[in-house]
Order: sequence, then C-alpha cells, then structure tokens
Amino acid sequence: MPAVSETLETVQAASDGGYKWGFETDIAMEYAPKGLNEDIVRFISAKKNEPAWLLEWRLKAYAAWLKMEEPDWAAVNYPKIDYQDAYYYAAPTNKVVPKSLDEVDPELLRTYEKLGIPLREQERLQGIAVDMVFDSVSVATTFKDRLHKDGIIFCSISEAVQEHPELVQQYLGSVVPQADNYFACLNSAVFTDGSFVYIPKGVRCPMELSTYFRINAKSTGQFERTLIIAEAGSHVSYLEGCTAPMRDENQMHAAVVELVLMDDATIKYSTVQNWYPGDAEGKGGIYNFVTKRAACRGARSKVSWTQVETGSAITWKYPSCMLLGDDSVGEFYSVAITNNHQQADTGTKMWHVGKNTKSTIVSKGISAGQGQNTYRGLVKISAKATGARNFTQCDSLLIGDKCGAHTVPYIENRCSTAKVEHEATTSRIAEDQMFYCRSRGLSQEEAVGLIVNGFCREVLKELPMEFAVEAQKLLAISLEGSVG
Amino acid sequence: MNALASGAAGFLARFEGLRGLLPGGRTLWLDALRVGAAQDFAASGLPGRRIEAWRYTDLSPIAQAGFNEALTLTVESPSLPPMRAPHRAVFVDGRFAAHLSTMPAHARSLAAHLPEAEGVLGALAFKLPVVSLNTMLFEDGLLLDLPEGAEGGALELLSVVTHTERPIAFHPRHLIRIGAGASLTVIETSLGPNGAIYLHNPVFEIDVREGATLAHVRIQREGRSGFQLSTVLAAVQAGGTYDNFTLNAGAKLVRNEIHTTLLGPKAACHMNGAQLVGDGQHADTTTFLDHAAPDCASRQTYKTVLAGKSRGVFQGKILVRQAAQRTDGYQMNQALLLSDEAEIDAKPQLEIYADDVKCSHGATVGALDEAQLFYLRARGIPVDQARAMLVQAFLTEAVEGVSHPLAQAALAEATEGWWEREAA
Amino acid sequence: MLKIAGLTAEIDGKQILNGIDLVIPTGEIHAVMGPNGSGKSTLSYVLSGREGYEITGGTVTFNGMDILAMEPEERAAAGLFLAFQYPVELPGVGNANFMRTALNSIRKSKGEPEVDAMAFLKLARTKLKALQMSDDMLKRNVNVGFSGGEKKRNEVLQMALLEPSLAILDETDSGLDIDALKIVADGVNAMRGAGFSALVITHYQRLLDYIVPDRVHVLMAGRIVKSGGPELALELEAEGYAKVAA
Repeated sequence: MPAVSETLETVQAASDGGYKWGFETDIAMEYAPKGLNEDIVRFISAKKNEPAWLLEWRLKAYAAWLKMEEPDWAAVNYPKIDYQDAYYYAAPTNKVVPKSLDEVDPELLRTYEKLGIPLREQERLQGIAVDMVFDSVSVATTFKDRLHKDGIIFCSISEAVQEHPELVQQYLGSVVPQADNYFACLNSAVFTDGSFVYIPKGVRCPMELSTYFRINAKSTGQFERTLIIAEAGSHVSYLEGCTAPMRDENQMHAAVVELVLMDDATIKYSTVQNWYPGDAEGKGGIYNFVTKRAACRGARSKVSWTQVETGSAITWKYPSCMLLGDDSVGEFYSVAITNNHQQADTGTKMWHVGKNTKSTIVSKGISAGQGQNTYRGLVKISAKATGARNFTQCDSLLIGDKCGAHTVPYIENRCSTAKVEHEATTSRIAEDQMFYCRSRGLSQEEAVGLIVNGFCREVLKELPMEFAVEAQKLLAISLEGSVG
Repeated sequence: MNALASGAAGFLARFEGLRGLLPGGRTLWLDALRVGAAQDFAASGLPGRRIEAWRYTDLSPIAQAGFNEALTLTVESPSLPPMRAPHRAVFVDGRFAAHLSTMPAHARSLAAHLPEAEGVLGALAFKLPVVSLNTMLFEDGLLLDLPEGAEGGALELLSVVTHTERPIAFHPRHLIRIGAGASLTVIETSLGPNGAIYLHNPVFEIDVREGATLAHVRIQREGRSGFQLSTVLAAVQAGGTYDNFTLNAGAKLVRNEIHTTLLGPKAACHMNGAQLVGDGQHADTTTFLDHAAPDCASRQTYKTVLAGKSRGVFQGKILVRQAAQRTDGYQMNQALLLSDEAEIDAKPQLEIYADDVKCSHGATVGALDEAQLFYLRARGIPVDQARAMLVQAFLTEAVEGVSHPLAQAALAEATEGWWEREAA
Repeated sequence: MLKIAGLTAEIDGKQILNGIDLVIPTGEIHAVMGPNGSGKSTLSYVLSGREGYEITGGTVTFNGMDILAMEPEERAAAGLFLAFQYPVELPGVGNANFMRTALNSIRKSKGEPEVDAMAFLKLARTKLKALQMSDDMLKRNVNVGFSGGEKKRNEVLQMALLEPSLAILDETDSGLDIDALKIVADGVNAMRGAGFSALVITHYQRLLDYIVPDRVHVLMAGRIVKSGGPELALELEAEGYAKVAA
C-alpha cells in the first residue's frame, strides 16, 4: 500500500459518526400527499396562495418534465430515483409568517442554534441577515426592515411572489429556462421556497445576506428556488449554507439559483454545502442536483461563485456564468471533497459572448476513502467575443488508493483574439510531508488539516470571513480519519 | 434515413456483395471475424455527435460520399516521392504493390500471407465502429514481425491514391509486432491527389514486447478532398517504448485516434503531433492512454495551427488505474488561431484511481503573442513576414522532438511554407 | 536629429507622459534618468511604436520624419533601434535566421541589396569577434534559455548588425554585473560617430561611467524637469532625485 498503513486503518475506525448535524427536529409538520402529479403541483401552488400566472408557469414546466429523460452522462452512479416515492411539500404546521423571532417555534430556533446559525443577538453583532428555510418553507428572515430602508428586498421567494409579483414574473426563468435540464424543469414545477434578493441601482448592500437550508422531514425532496437581481452599480455578498439529518434513505435536493446583473453590478455568491453524505458504507445521503447560473447582462458586471462542497452523497452542479456584457467577469472557486462513498461531478461553464470578457476558474478536488471526484468544466468562446481571457487551474488531491479524481475540461474557442490557459495537476499527501508536520508536534489530523488547507488556500481566501472559518473546520471534519 | 445511417448501410451492403471475394473469403477464422465485425458495425452504425468521443467531429461528409471499391490496379507506376529509408512498403489504393516496394525480411503483404495473421489480427482490437468497418472490408496491409533483439532500422510505409474518377474507400490493416529487445522506426506517409474523393481508413494493431522500441512517424498529406480515419491500437509491455508522432496536414476531414495501453512496469509512451489545419479542413486527434501498470511514463505534446475557415479538435484522455502507482504522465496541447473563422475544441481528460502519481495536463489556446510580434517588427521585419516567422517557429517546435533524421527531413518538408500558402 | 515636442501619452486611461520636450542632435548621446514610475519605459515604447499606448498630444520627428505616424518596422527601417529592458523569448526562431531577416528587411526598404546566408554569417562573425562574443549565440533560439546578461549581449549584437542611427537603450543596465555592463557600453561606444545618436534611459548613474553622455536629463512624473552636462548624473547619485529636481 502506498499510504502509511496504520493511518489508513485509523481512517476506517474513525469515519462513523463524523456528521455532527445528523439530528432530527421533532416538530409538527404538514405534508402533501405522496407522489408527483399535476394535482400535487396545484396543491403546492394553492398552499402558497400563488397568482394564476405562476400556477400556469408551474404546470407548463411539469408538462415539459414528463417528456424529458433523466441525464446519465455525469460520472456518478446512483440507483434509479422513484419520483413517486417522495413528498413534494412538507412544512411546519404553524406556518403563520412570524413578525419577529419571538413568534418562531422555539423548537425551530433550537435547531438553528444547534447548527450554530446566528439568529438572535449574535447575529445582530455580526450583521448578517439570515433567511431560514426549514424543509420547503422559509421560516424567518432577519433584518428585513433595516434593509428595506436602502430599498433592498430580501425575503423568501413565496413572499416576493405576493409582495413584488412584477419583479418575480420578469426575471423568474430568464436565466435558467424551464426546459434547460431535467432537474431544473422538475424544480420549476414543484419549487416551494427559496430566497429573493433585489438590490436597487447604485446600492451597496450594507451586510452579507445569508440563507440557511435545512432538510428535516423524512422522504421529502427539497426544491428551492433563489433569484437575485442586482441593478446597475449595485453590490451584494450572499452566503448559502446547508445541512440535513442522517437517514438511511436518500433524499433529493434539486435547486435552481438565478442571478441577474446589470451594468457595473457585482454579486459574490458563496456556498458551504454540508448535506448528509451518507454513512461509511454509502447508505443514505442527499442527492444534490443543482443548477446555478449568472447572467452578466451589464457591461463590467462581475459574478464570483465560491463553493466548499463537503457533503451530499451525490453532487451534480455547475455554477455558470453567461458573460454577455462587454468587460464582464466571471469567477469560480471551488473545493469539493468526496470521502467514503461520495461521488461528485461538479464544475462550471463560462460562456464568453461580449467583448473583453474574463473568466477565472480555480477548482480543488479532494478524494479520500472510495470517493469519486470529477471536475467538469466548459469554456466556450463565441466568434464575436474578441479579447476574451480565461485561466483555469484544476488540481486534485488523492488520499489513499481507493478513490478517484477525474478532470473533464471542454475548451471550445471560435475567436482568434481570445486567450485560454488551462492547467491540471494531481497530487497526494506525501509521507514526507506528513512526517515533517508530525515531527514538529502536529497530530495526524492536524497535519492533514494543515496540508489540505494549504492545498485549498486559493479558494478559501475568496470566502467571506465568517464562512472561511466554518469552511476550514468543515474540511478538517470531512477528512477526519481519511489520511493516508 | 439520415446521412450517417445510409452511409453505414452503404458499407454493409458493400460487405454483403464482396464477402466471398475479399482476401481470406474462404478462410473460416477470417470470415468469422469479418462477420462478427459486420454485426458490430450494423449495431453501432457510424458514430454520431451524440456519442461523447465524437461530439466535435461530424462524419456526414464521409457518409454521404458513396464509396466504391478500388478497381484493379491500372496505373503501372504512379509517381512516388524518393525513398528515404533503405526499405519501403508501397500501397496503391490500399493494395500492396510488390513491384514498387523494397521489403526487409520481417515485413510482407498481409493479403499474401493471411495464415500467419491468424490469432494476431484482432488480438489487440477494441470494439470501435471505425475498427469494425476496417475488419469488415480490409483487403491488404502490412504484416510485420520483427524477431527478438533485431535492429530493424527504418522502414517507409507509403500509401498513395491513383484513382480519381470515382470515390473509393480502402481500409488497410497493419499488424506490427516488435519482439523483445528489438527496435524499429516506421515512417508512414499518406498521399493523394487534391481533387480525388476517397476514404483511407487504416487500422494499426501494434504489439511492442518487453524492452522493445517502436518509433512511428506518421505524415498525413492526403489530398484536400480526401478523408482519413486512422486508428492505432498499441499495447506496450514492460520496459517497452512506443513513440508516435503524427502530422496532420492534408485531407478535408481527418480523425486520428490512438489507443495505447501500458501493460508492464516501466513501459513508456510518447505521443506527439502537429495539426496544420487550413481553410475548409477539419482535423481531429483523439488519444487514449491507459496506464495499467505501475512505474510507467507518458508524454504527449500536440500543437494545432488553424487558418481560414477550419476546425481543430484535440481530445486526450489519460486513465491511471488503481494498480498504476508511480505513474508519471504529462500532456500539453497548444492551439494557435490565425483567423476569425477558425475554431478549436479541446478536451484534455484525466481519470485517476491511484494516488502516488504525478499527472498533469495543460492546454493553451490563443493567437500569436503580441510581445513577440512587436519584437520582430521593432527590428524592421514587416508584419506579415513576422507573423509567418512566428507560425513557422510554432510548427518547428512541434516537430523538433522527432529525432530520426529521415523523419525530420520529411516533416520539415511538410511544414515549410505552410502559412505562406494558406495566407495567400 | 530627434525632436520631441510636448509629447503626452497614456495607457489604460492613465496619463504617464505629461509633456516631454527633448532634442537630441545627430552625433550626440543623451541620458534620461528618473525614479521608478517616472515614465522611462513608456517613453521608449512610445518612441518605438508599441501598441497599447495612446498619444494624446505633441510631436516626435526624427531627421524630419513624423515618427508617430509610422509602424514599428518602418521606424526600424528609418534607423531606430530599441534595446529592450526585458527582451522577449522567441521559441523556435533561430537567432541567425532572425537577425538576417531583420537586416534584409531594413536593407530592402532602403533599396539596398540583401545579404545571403553565407555573407550574413561572415558579417555576423566579424561583429561577434569585435564584441568578444562566441559564435554559439547564432545557433540558439532567440533569447531562449539566455541568462539576463546573455539577453543584453544579444541586443547589442543586433544593434551592431543593424547599424541604427538612433539607439534607444531602455534600462539596459538593469540586472547586469560589471562585465556585462562593459560589453554593452563597448558596443554602444563602438558605434559613436557623426551619424549615430543614442538615448540612454537609466535608473542608476553607473552605466554612464562607461557611456559618457553629452547631456543628461531628469525625468519625473512624465516631464523633463532638469537638464545638464554629465556631472548632473553624479549630482543625482549624491543627492537623490527629489533634491536635485527641486
């Protein structure tokens, strides 16, 4: 065996019970009937009291979804999903939208405290506005009034449909059309909640906005939909965090995130994803199928996707940028970890359409256990995208000899004045690196943590500070006992 | 029926018609092999864009051409370029021309020595549609068996096309075995007249045994209306080396597919090439390198230059299996776009299952470097000439690695002045 | 004679040259010294015609010709030579081939006969000998794998071969040791004559011990703030830019 054999044994022993967010919250829930059909779509729409246009929109998506086939090109293997064997709506029974935190079910609040999510005084000090989505429903959003003073709208999408229907109608589905892909189509039919953000012209959002998704109910699929609109000259930094309880069964999370940017707008979108990854034998875990796309419509607009993906049994996501405006910029920074039996097929797509656009891709994949980690990226430069620039760096770190790290980059260039540079390397934690750290007093775990953090440094430094600390801890925990 | 389907049907119909007449028509093992291949081909058809490995190359132009087999040789002595090596195997319209060739002891025509090919032909073949097509319809090829320890020197393999009235297709099957510790250089050139429509579909089954070396230089200069679909299937045993350099300069559409498997420790493979893609051309190099044993090294460097309305494709997959520890793999792909109507698609892929490996790949795409261009102009060199110098430099670098002097000369000749001709 | 009048230039929207006035009569060597960021490299790039710089005002004439209207190769043919601070590498381009092509391009534009490969080699060897450089240089690719000193020597060799009437040396001395410095200086001094002018742009005074200039100019914030004889360089060395310019 190439790796230090004793450490590998330690791996096997320590990997159970590492997921600290696996508890369940006991709370009164309301479910839609099991299964998926047109009636369920109507049920969801009715529950949320949606206007007719939105119900029509959902039904159109549902009809289209029935004709589509589940994609099978990603390098992930999973047993066929029975779409009828899940609930598509589950919400806490007490669903009166709380006016203050005091009105929120205390059990719910305790949940978020356990998760370390700042809801009360803490968050006032830290200044992060939080929208909490519990199963399919947004249960509370903080700082709404404060933000409202600057004209910023930050609320759940259900609320946005009621309070700002013109905005939702204008932009929903404009970046990710319904029929874009199988999971986005399903999401368009049955999405239940998510965040809505609107930043008016020239406004710099004074605090970070964050959404925390928690899947709690059994056998439900989570289909959240997020829409962020940044008018000319605006700026916002948005954080997304996610966890779910430990269960034997697989649960599906199929989300759609749409970002729209006008001239000189910037959006920084950071995700720390820690869905339940399944146990050491690969049983259970979340299937995470996400479509995230930013339309940089305005000149000089800039979007930055930063993600740390440590959880979920299967990850299928490609945060993408359509660089339509001249001088627009797209960035993608990612750390994806697969341990035990996790599989990830993730990456990004950058479409260069406007002039002098620029994209940067830094992807760090860490594979351990029997994890399979694939980076799949597309850099597509159209004929008129003069002066386009792309730089891609994808690095893989393999821990142990039972995992896999794969890279599938596609470079399609039709423009002679564009410049594309792509590099990929593969490495492992070398025994002499481990020995050096340990001879300086670090424990095995600390050494791995240090080396892995060094490997991911370029990505981690893009995260907002609050997330960076959490992410680093998460990395260490996800790799607990995997060293080799 | 779409173009690809009717094209495939055409080839199958041809096989039905010719089955008994092809070489080895009455030989059981070969007939069984051909029939099996026909069944595979019927099931797969010609690969379309929906198949991942073919997403960038459309075979419709080939499917639509309607090929007939070459008629009996009527041109006694087509004009041939001067010999570069002491031995030369000449194939005219896909058939071995004994009277034009000077053969070494270890090489002969496949059609004339079929019994020797039993157990060899098909031994290294993968199930690929283009290979099935070749197995179905091949008429001849090179049967080369270099004994252990032999110094094979250099052998030229020349393919010329004389038939210009009707579109013809020929599918030579070349079986090359290099015995343990032996070495050989094969310089393969494919030529054809610019107006002729034809399909040259060679398949190479190459077996490099322990400690042996095969240097394979391929100079593809098919006619501008011709098509080439070439497949090289190479297996390298412990300590052996397979060096392949492919220059794609001709043909309206060329797909050059190389599959090399490193089967024993310290086997090595170097795959390099250059693609000169001019107006109206489509060049696709797809490589698949399988590290199936530990301590093996592989190097790949491909350069593509595109002018006019053209398309270049490079797909390079490196697979490192779990057992292949201490693999050292490197791949570099560079593309130079010289016109606004050119397109390059690159997909360098890594699939890695072992952790103690050193594997990296790089790809760059762009136009001529502005700083370099300015340096030349600041020294008085007019801009067009400066461009030509830099393009030539790019190409010279690409062929620099080929060490055999005969091959070097052939490559220099093929690349010299390419840009001037294209830009004109 | 080089005449620069009221030259202003910017790059990426930022104005770097703020009105340069400078006259270099034929046969003289002038030095321009300035602190980092004063616009030294911008001046040399603008004079040689590099893209990316926008001339926003002023004129530059060389022997009566409007230089700013000419392409880089036309300026070279007119007798300009820029010795780069960071000469770029040209992989795959042979040094001999490159220099012969440049020489012939310039000769062609002057209506002079071109030299063939043999004649060029002879000429090159003579120059190499005079500069005490080895023949090896010719066989390598332009600047590829050259040390800093070798790159500068390559620039001097080119200058000797192309015989410009105005040489612009853009911080040629940066990163050189004394031996390399002397070689560069000898190369320039060997070209002195009635028909040769040079603009030596430098940060440090040291080079000027070897290439003694006729005039020294101080460049600060994109403008020439003071001019004087060779002793001005020594003053700068002793007192610093700020004090001298005040």
